[in-house]
Amino acid sequence: MRFFTDFRLLFIRSVKGSLRNPVWLFLGLFQPALYLLLFAPLLQGLGSIPGFPAGGAYAVFTPGLLVMIALFGTAYAGFGLVDQIRAGVVERLLVTPASRLAILLGYVMRDVVVLLIQSCVIIAIALPMGLSVSLPGLLVTFAMMVLTGTLMASCSYALALILKREDSLASVLNTVATPLLLLSGITLPLTLAPKIIRSLASVNPFAYEVTASRSLFVGNFADSAIKVGIVFLASLALLAFIWAARSFRKGTA
Amino acid sequence: MAIISVQGLRKAYKSKGKKKGGIVEAVQGIDLTVQKGEIFGFLGPNGAGKSTTLKMLSTLLSPDGGKAIIAGFDLLAHPARVRRQIGYVSQAGGADGSATGREDLHLQARLFGLSRDHARARANELIDALDLAPFVDRFSRTYSGGQRRKVDIALGMVHQPAVLFLDEPTTGLDPVSRAQLWNQIRLLRSGGTTVFLTTHYMDEADALCDRIAIIDTGKIVAEDSPAGLKRSISGDILSLTVNHVKDAVQISRETLKDLDFVREMSVEGASLTLVVTHGGEAIPIVLRLLEGRGVGVADISLSRPSLDDVFLRMTGHSLAKE
Repeated sequence: MRFFTDFRLLFIRSVKGSLRNPVWLFLGLFQPALYLLLFAPLLQGLGSIPGFPAGGAYAVFTPGLLVMIALFGTAYAGFGLVDQIRAGVVERLLVTPASRLAILLGYVMRDVVVLLIQSCVIIAIALPMGLSVSLPGLLVTFAMMVLTGTLMASCSYALALILKREDSLASVLNTVATPLLLLSGITLPLTLAPKIIRSLASVNPFAYEVTASRSLFVGNFADSAIKVGIVFLASLALLAFIWAARSFRKGTA
Repeated sequence: MAIISVQGLRKAYKSKGKKKGGIVEAVQGIDLTVQKGEIFGFLGPNGAGKSTTLKMLSTLLSPDGGKAIIAGFDLLAHPARVRRQIGYVSQAGGADGSATGREDLHLQARLFGLSRDHARARANELIDALDLAPFVDRFSRTYSGGQRRKVDIALGMVHQPAVLFLDEPTTGLDPVSRAQLWNQIRLLRSGGTTVFLTTHYMDEADALCDRIAIIDTGKIVAEDSPAGLKRSISGDILSLTVNHVKDAVQISRETLKDLDFVREMSVEGASLTLVVTHGGEAIPIVLRLLEGRGVGVADISLSRPSLDDVFLRMTGHSLAKE
C-alpha cells in the first residue's frame, strides 16, 4: 500500500514538473514532425516497389517515427535525472522511507506518459495527411511503446547514475541510439536492405517493433514480428528496470 | 546522553580520474560521540571525508566497517529505522526547481508517512518557523541562495527528526543569509533537535558549534568544544611578516627558534607564526633581536589562539590558507 501511495505522489510530482516545461515535450516532437511533413511524402511513389509493405506511405513511415521519438527523446530522460542529482533532489528522496523502486518508477512512468502523449501528437498529425490505421492495432502499438519507454528511460537513468555528467551521457546515448535507429528500418523497410544489414537487424528489438507496428497499423495481427517484438521488448524493459534499480540502490554517492 | 555514537566507521572508494584503479580511504575508522541537543561541527578541508561520513550516517552510503548507533538504532543493522529519526540536507540542497517550496514540503512530508492534512499542517508550521511565506509559493528555481537554503533545511525537518545532518549548510551564502541561518540553527537546538553539520569555515565552527571534531585526510585529529580546543594551545600567537630581503626569513627563523619563550614556530612564505608564552613581553624582544640582525619587520601582531592555530598544530597545515 505504502508503495502505491509513494509511487503515486512521486509520479504526479514528475508529471507536473514536465507539464510545467511543455516546451521540452514539443521540442522532442520537432524533428519527427519534420520527417513526417517533409520526408514521408517522398515515399508515396514507392508503394509499388517489390518488398515495400502494404498500407501506403504513412502506415509504413509513422511507426518508425514512434520508435524514433523513443530512441531520441525518452532515451535522453537521464539528463533530467543528472540535473535532479545535482540539485540534491534525488538524495533528498532517498533519505525518506519511500521505497527506492517507487522513486525510480515515479520517474520512469512519467517518461512513458510523455512518450505516449508525443506518440498521440504524431498520429494526430499523420491522420489528416493520409494515414489510415486499425484502432486495435494502434492500441497494441501503444502497449509496445509503454515497454519501449520503460526500456529507454531505465537505461538512460542507469547510465545517468553511473556517468553523472551530461556530456558523457550524450556521447554514450548518441553512439548507441544512432545504429539502433538505422538498423530498425524506420525510414525505409528493412525488406529492401542487403542481407548483412538484415541479419544485423534481426537482433535489434526496435526492428521487430517497427515491423510489428506496420502490420498492426494495417490490422494484420498474424505477423510473427508482433509476438517476437513484445516478448523481446518486455524482457529488455524488465532487465533495464532492474539495472536502473540497482544503480539507484548503489546510491548517488 | 549520547544520541550518536560512532566507532571505527570507515569507507574506501575506488579512485577515479588520474590515479585510476587505486583505493582512496576516504574515512579511515573514525570514532565520535554527539550529545543530544547539541550543535556538533565537523571541521575540515574539502576532501577530508566530511561528506562521506555524513552520507554514511544518513544511510545514503553503506559503510565498509565500524559501528554507529543513531537515536537508539543500529545504522548497519536497521538503516530504515535510522532514516525515520534523521533529517539530511545535502550540500546541493534538495529543493526541486520545477516545484514550489510548499509543494516540495508537502511531498516530503507525505513520503515520511504523514496524512494529507498533517502534511499540510506541518508545511505551514515550517513556513512560519523558518519565515518562508514571502516566497514559498514561487517555483524554487527563482529563489535566492539564502531562500533556497531555508527551504532545503525545512525539507530536512518535515518529519521532526531527532537529528538533523547539514552538509556545508552555509557554503555559497552571503554574510547576511549566513548569519540568519546560524540563528535558525540555534533555534532548532533550542527546540531540542540535535544538529550535526560540516563546515570548512573556522569562524562558523567557532561561533555556532557546541563541540567540534577536526577531520583531516579521513581521520579525526581532535574533538572538543571550540574553547577547549583553543585552550589546548597555551600561550599567544605572534604573527610576523618580514621584509622580502635575501635570507630574511632564514635569519629570522634561526634568531628566534632557540628563545625560551618560543614554543612553536611555523613559516609560510615571508610570514612566521610563533606560539609564545607571554605575547606582550615577547614582542619587544623579538623586534630588538631581528633589528640587530638587520631584518626589517613589515608587520607584527598578537592574537589569542584560533581554531586555525589548533588545526595547524594538529595537521601541520593551515585550513585558512586553502
